[in-house]
Amino acid sequence: MTVGAGTFSGTPVRRVEDPDLLRGAGTFVDNLKIDGMLSLSFVRSPIAHATIRSVDVTAAREMPGVVGVYSAADLELPDAPALMALHPAAIRPSLAKGTVNFVGDPVVAVVAETRAAAMDAAELVEIDYEPLGVVVDMEEALDRGSPAQFESLGGNVVIGLRTGSEDPLAGADVVVRGRFENQRVAVVPMEGSAIVVDPTGTDFDLTVHLSCQMPHVARAGLAKLLGMDQERVRVIAPHVGGAFGAKHLSAEGVVASKLALELGRPVKWVETRSENLVAMAHGRGQVQYVELGLRRDGTFVGMRCRMVGDAGGYGGFGGILVLGQTKLMAQGVYHIPAIAFDVAIVTTNTTPMGAYRGAGRPEAAAFVERIVDMAADELGIDPVELRRKNFIRPDEFPLTTVMGADYDSGDYGAALDEVLRLADYDALRREQDERRRRGDRMQLGIGVSTYVEVTGGGAEFSEVEVHDDGTITVKAGTSAHGQGHATAFSQIAADQFGVPIEQIRYVQSDTALVARGRGTGGSRSVQLGGTAVLQTSKLVVERAKELVAELLETAPEDVVVTGDGRLGVAGVPSKALSWGEVARVAAERGAPLLVQHDTERAGSTYPFGAHVAVVEVDMETGRVVPLRHVAVDDCGVIVNPMLVDGQVHGGLASGISQALWEQFLYDDDGNPITSTLAEYAMPSAAELPSFVTAHTETPSPLNDLGAKGIGESATVGSTPAVQNAVVDALSHLGVRHIDMPCTPERVWRAITAAQAGTLPDPWREPRPEMAGFPREGAAGEELERGAESVNL
Amino acid sequence: MIPAAFEYVRAESAEEAVALLVEHGDDAKLIAGGHSLLPLMKLRLATPTVLVDIGRVPGLSYIEERGDEIAIGALARHHDLETSAVLKEQVPLLAATAHQVGDPQVRHRGTLGGTLAHGDPASDLPAAVLALGGTLVAQGPNGRREISALEFFRGFLETALGADEVLVEIRVPKAAGAGWSFQKFNRRAQDWAIVGVAAVVNGTTGIALVNMGSTPLRATAVEEAVRSGASVTDAAAAASQGTDPPSDVNASSEYRRHLATVLVRRALEEASS
Ligand SMILES: Cc1cc2nc3c(=O)[nH]c(=O)nc-3n(C[C@H](O)[C@H](O)[C@H](O)COP(=O)(O)OP(=O)(O)OC[C@H]3O[C@@H](n4cnc5c(N)ncnc54)[C@H](O)[C@@H]3O)c2cc1C
Repeated sequence: MTVGAGTFSGTPVRRVEDPDLLRGAGTFVDNLKIDGMLSLSFVRSPIAHATIRSVDVTAAREMPGVVGVYSAADLELPDAPALMALHPAAIRPSLAKGTVNFVGDPVVAVVAETRAAAMDAAELVEIDYEPLGVVVDMEEALDRGSPAQFESLGGNVVIGLRTGSEDPLAGADVVVRGRFENQRVAVVPMEGSAIVVDPTGTDFDLTVHLSCQMPHVARAGLAKLLGMDQERVRVIAPHVGGAFGAKHLSAEGVVASKLALELGRPVKWVETRSENLVAMAHGRGQVQYVELGLRRDGTFVGMRCRMVGDAGGYGGFGGILVLGQTKLMAQGVYHIPAIAFDVAIVTTNTTPMGAYRGAGRPEAAAFVERIVDMAADELGIDPVELRRKNFIRPDEFPLTTVMGADYDSGDYGAALDEVLRLADYDALRREQDERRRRGDRMQLGIGVSTYVEVTGGGAEFSEVEVHDDGTITVKAGTSAHGQGHATAFSQIAADQFGVPIEQIRYVQSDTALVARGRGTGGSRSVQLGGTAVLQTSKLVVERAKELVAELLETAPEDVVVTGDGRLGVAGVPSKALSWGEVARVAAERGAPLLVQHDTERAGSTYPFGAHVAVVEVDMETGRVVPLRHVAVDDCGVIVNPMLVDGQVHGGLASGISQALWEQFLYDDDGNPITSTLAEYAMPSAAELPSFVTAHTETPSPLNDLGAKGIGESATVGSTPAVQNAVVDALSHLGVRHIDMPCTPERVWRAITAAQAGTLPDPWREPRPEMAGFPREGAAGEELERGAESVNL
Repeated sequence: MIPAAFEYVRAESAEEAVALLVEHGDDAKLIAGGHSLLPLMKLRLATPTVLVDIGRVPGLSYIEERGDEIAIGALARHHDLETSAVLKEQVPLLAATAHQVGDPQVRHRGTLGGTLAHGDPASDLPAAVLALGGTLVAQGPNGRREISALEFFRGFLETALGADEVLVEIRVPKAAGAGWSFQKFNRRAQDWAIVGVAAVVNGTTGIALVNMGSTPLRATAVEEAVRSGASVTDAAAAASQGTDPPSDVNASSEYRRHLATVLVRRALEEASS
């Protein structure tokens, strides 16, 4: 194959990762077998809030194959790792100490020779609990009298803050109001959490195989918690079966590490499916009170948001997202001159909150796009027109929003035009009219969303080396867990070197092999890691050109990458050296063709897009069937359209699912009632429509590739489109809002209430506690900055 | 997700299975397809100490014509039912219902005997057998006995089978040319029914409800209304009479009552069209 420089980027190169995965050669943590390895299992609290009165492990210790049974009192355990602490008082121990705060809270660790032995022994541990009061509902948690998890907080409010404009609705002719629930969802990656900790190696004191997104971050965190030198710790993220923001060093991982060190033997912990649903951090979980002020002509005047964010047990770091990315993106794609944004973040006796695909941005797009639709309905303006009227225009970029976001580039109208064209919006509206006129049992709903989100930001590391056989090793500090970085980054490098993809060896996800890195989260990888690979490759090529110029006695400017794996002199085809030859000479001279390079810190990029969802609603049963979903997502310049579509397809599935199916629920006592996949409604391909995806390509000026993130965008854009479609299907009956997930029963209740003239008001005032929080001060700003840095 | 320890014995015949049940008493449980029992064991909600596997007993997977009836061996898998040419012609309701159970993996493991013996009100096939007025054949230490489907379901996960009995055969009347319908309402394709309705119109009308109480139920009020000449809509309005539907994460009992009315109407419409 002859390849010219620059022929890979932008093309759908097949994934180089797949042959291993398809042949069962995956290296998932649970596949790992090490001699002498022990298995770890946890006894978890079956009660949402309780004092631990006593723990009896005698029977468990006597079971055959059991090596040790430990509660917090038996081990000097560091606290559980947190990507960000919400409050100095909100500390989570790695094993519950004194009290348990949610069902699933690990209390006792059992180590045995086999997994079965560990689980059998765990059944025999007797824990005596004294139940305490429970708070599940995040708004009830605002009550200072609600049962608190941390005495020093004097209640469950971890952060309460009022920010932004004092009077954002002044001058509005019309104010549209809605209370929206952005429900708690579980992450449910195909592979749950998994870790193997090996203290027996010779090169490192601890080698950790961790299913995670950020091996270097995990290494730093673990070393710090255990008081070890991080150079003595090696973290490897092997094949990872999905992460979606939730896979980091966990409390259980810390326990596994401590026990491996204590026992001097490798320890494996692999979460079960049932454990995963209660132990892995959950996502979303906000109640949003939103008021949008408009002039009669539809111009937005201002918006007041009062938001409650659920942090779950111990104050999981995901609770901060309402104050971070949700607040940052509250303005969406529109001009909204004044915004007030008040926030309460509370602890509840539920699984701790973390980050889940979009992490704060889907929550923002959901309420913005919902209130805009309600406003369109109120003013009798087509939702498309109302959006267009208030868009930030393409010639206004870059711009800093009222919320302080530095939008880099955008053309929101172009994405909207394209999605309307692909969906044939006008024809859909005509069909909707006909069905309404006929009074069909199956009514049509058409939902539009236009969104912007925030990705990336920061710096990344790469290393590129040319070997004397002509192969090239490319490393980056990002860490793919399904996305296809090996393919995309190899494309980028192959273009610079003018070699076939097969000549690139891509290395990632191992702290012993990659000097440093920030891992993968917040859709950062191509724009930062890809740019690092691009820049580093260029530096190597430059160095090679100088050497070749010397060898071939010409000027460096005249040396070109030939595109057939060589470096030559422009216009003199006979004069050329292969990459292997150049690498050999470079090595002989003591300056091998190897460059390590960190990019400069880049600002965040702001991908955007427009979605149209079409649903059918059965007016007799309330059942919603998604018929079509058309997504136009702009992630800047695309390196590999097939990989991008893969991200979009997965993102759409997650986003549509939040609108229609998924919700993690507890009863009043804090017992999870969706704790298996029979109850927790993860969709399958059978539930989803076939997707139409397309892209506009508005380059980001913030990185050399012009790229923006795409891992989460489709999740951000799809949820509100689908929810809007459901409400739209019933809007002729007077229905103005239905909370997510739009279950058949909820939809049926809305239809029934509309027919009976008893539709509930979608608005009510938030609890009075919301008015009592201090206005933003220095502490608030600091928290917000911290919150913004949590970008997963 | 790992069951408690148990012993495993494989029976080679129904007689041997009965003998093993007698030998091990209360500690023993039969396992056929395992797709109801194993999930319970993995959650340690069931902890039998001896599993008697009848899954490979030869000669119990038949589907054959026998006079006015179709006789089905208890080990016939859901997949066997959904693909059986005899059933499709003679009792299409049963084949179509089997097709709605779970997903392909489940249908390749689960057995008709197992789903009936388990007695879960949310299961699909029991309602179909009930609507058809089938006959169940149990084998015990004293030989075989027949139980009418109408008498078989006694309570939540409770049937007329004795602890030492094995369900060996299910017979349903032939109903070629009869009207029929199976309406299953669920949220995801592979889910259990939130509410389901099996209907057969064959001179008389048989209607059975899925997940509307602690057992699969005959909708007797609807059947009576149809018999006395009520319109489809009026008959369907009686769908939830005498039922006691649960409230759970998928639906309130009120919504289930509503669904039963809608689904019975649709079933009657389809079965009589
Ligand atoms: C993911 C999943 C989805 C499912 N979805 C559905 C669905 O949508 N609809 C539906 O109806 N079902 C569904 N099922 C259940 C499935 O149909 C089961 O296979 C069936 O309910 C039980 O049959 P089995 O052969 O697997 O029984 P087993 O699990 O082997 O046994 C069940 C019980 O019956 C007893 N038993 C079994 N055979 C006999 C016999 N011959 N005589 C006496 N006792 C016996 C056992 O001792 C046990 O108590 C689902 C199951 C799973 C795992």
